[in-house]
Amino acid sequence: MQRVLTRSLWELAFYLGVAFFVVLAAFPFYWMVITAFKENSDLYDVSNIPFWFNEWPTLEHIKYLFEETLFARWLWNSLVIGVCVTAITLVTAVPAGYALARMKSRKGETLGIMIFLTYLVPPTLLFLPLSRIIAELGLQNSMWSLVLVYPTFTIPFCSWLLMGFFKALPVEIEEAAIVDGCSLFGAFIKMAIPLSVPAILTVVIFTFTLTLQEFVYALTFVSSSDQKTITLGVTTDLVRGDVFFWGELMAGALIAAVPVAIAYNLFLDRFIAGITGGAVK
Amino acid sequence: MAVIAEPIAKPVSRFQLFLDRREVLEMFLVAPAIIYVLLLVGLPLLLAVYYSLSTYTVYDPSWRFVGLRNFWDILQNPTFTQTLLNTFIFTFGSQLLGLVLGKFGAFLLLRPFPGRKIVRALIVLPFVIPVALATIAWRWLFDSLYSVFNWTLIALGILERADAPNWLGTPWLAMLCVIIINAWRFFPFAIVIFLAGITAVPQDVIDAATVDGAGFWRRNYQIILPMILPIMAIGLIFGIVFTFTDLSIVFLLTQGGPVGATSVLAFAGFKTGIESGDVAHGAAMSLFMLPVLLIVVVFMLRFIRRREI
Repeated sequence: MQRVLTRSLWELAFYLGVAFFVVLAAFPFYWMVITAFKENSDLYDVSNIPFWFNEWPTLEHIKYLFEETLFARWLWNSLVIGVCVTAITLVTAVPAGYALARMKSRKGETLGIMIFLTYLVPPTLLFLPLSRIIAELGLQNSMWSLVLVYPTFTIPFCSWLLMGFFKALPVEIEEAAIVDGCSLFGAFIKMAIPLSVPAILTVVIFTFTLTLQEFVYALTFVSSSDQKTITLGVTTDLVRGDVFFWGELMAGALIAAVPVAIAYNLFLDRFIAGITGGAVK
Repeated sequence: MAVIAEPIAKPVSRFQLFLDRREVLEMFLVAPAIIYVLLLVGLPLLLAVYYSLSTYTVYDPSWRFVGLRNFWDILQNPTFTQTLLNTFIFTFGSQLLGLVLGKFGAFLLLRPFPGRKIVRALIVLPFVIPVALATIAWRWLFDSLYSVFNWTLIALGILERADAPNWLGTPWLAMLCVIIINAWRFFPFAIVIFLAGITAVPQDVIDAATVDGAGFWRRNYQIILPMILPIMAIGLIFGIVFTFTDLSIVFLLTQGGPVGATSVLAFAGFKTGIESGDVAHGAAMSLFMLPVLLIVVVFMLRFIRRREI
């Protein structure tokens, strides 16, 4: 009897612990959702219970975003930047990852670690000189500056990720192609690339989400509203002086965050595997 | 295989020979990535060092060399000493809090239970939502008038409305908020890293230890923990580096205030270098991050290398 009691007490403590973590992690997100759909009169009445709708939910804030702000434009900018950066990253990182994986001796690994370490060089150390370089190129205050700069962190990360993938791909497949008359380069193009489609898809997802998340470079290089990315636009343009449009802010943040959150969640294990490299074997 | 051999009769071009030499081809394939990174990371890094030793400003782009004078100027400024201290408090406070939360969370998620997948997806939300957007949500949670925390405390009768804390307007509370948000952002990462490490420990090692009579704590601290140390070290590198160099949370939550209480290195560098246009001093401020980053990275890499043997 005593044992049964202790056991169920343990069970209870376990689920309470789980509940605590879920609330801790998801509450701000819940707050975004609920604020985004509340009437202003409901939002700004301190006597109302804030945890639930006291008046009917509304789509007013979302309507306002698309009609009165440049929200749609920011979405479009982010999409264009994401597509361009992904293209640049694929063209450079796929060959690099492949070559690093196939290099003899430890040269490939050392070079790979060196490239990966540049992922750790923070934007906050580079934005000053980069802003000068961008001004020299005549790209200041333009979203194209971000297309130029974002590959500095997507290329190192993706090369490293792909290097791990290509290492796991048996060399014999390419050797067979070479025996059949393919050149070395041909074996890479015709054999290795088609087999690496899943890895390439992962790289596309990560590149895209990394560009959507980025804030520091966008803040430093872009100041006119029509050139902003979604993350920058929502966080800086919806605040007028000291007035915060909380409903619109949360609606905008929600729309920008949900796709990133879903994509990341699905690929999180690959991301962790990429970051930790060979540490998990 | 559908690949058919080309007829040999075709003369082999120079280009083809070039692509068939393994070392040459490998260098050719790596080169674009390396050149990109050298031009847009390596070169700016050197430029940053040079700016910090010059009198370069947006209004007077002269390259006059002044040695370490900028660093000297900055260190004379008590506000900057405060900023330096804040950066360390912010980084280590949030890493510690994040690790503690991460360890407990991983411990809970290790056990299979119904709905674990959904719970995991919810718990990793802070890490997968763009931090700038999450910070804006937190700012709303900490709002001086409409803070939901204050509302709850008042509703529970713990506080009077008149005594409700002004979260972002009181220096030490503002620092606490910044630390909480950053710990909140990183604890799911710690959980996932921790879980990845533990699942990589071979079950037979654990079983062998159990058979040999090792209890729960002994298994935890003398077998599992040493085996997952390398992966935890990598997780910590990322946590420290990304926290130490972050400006988005401070920029969006407190703007370094109140009265400089939450100003951190990256934010101070941005204020001086970009907003005030004093590139030389801004670069010098940012460069204070470099030694710490180098130490962290070198230390951790050596640690990982040693572990592998």
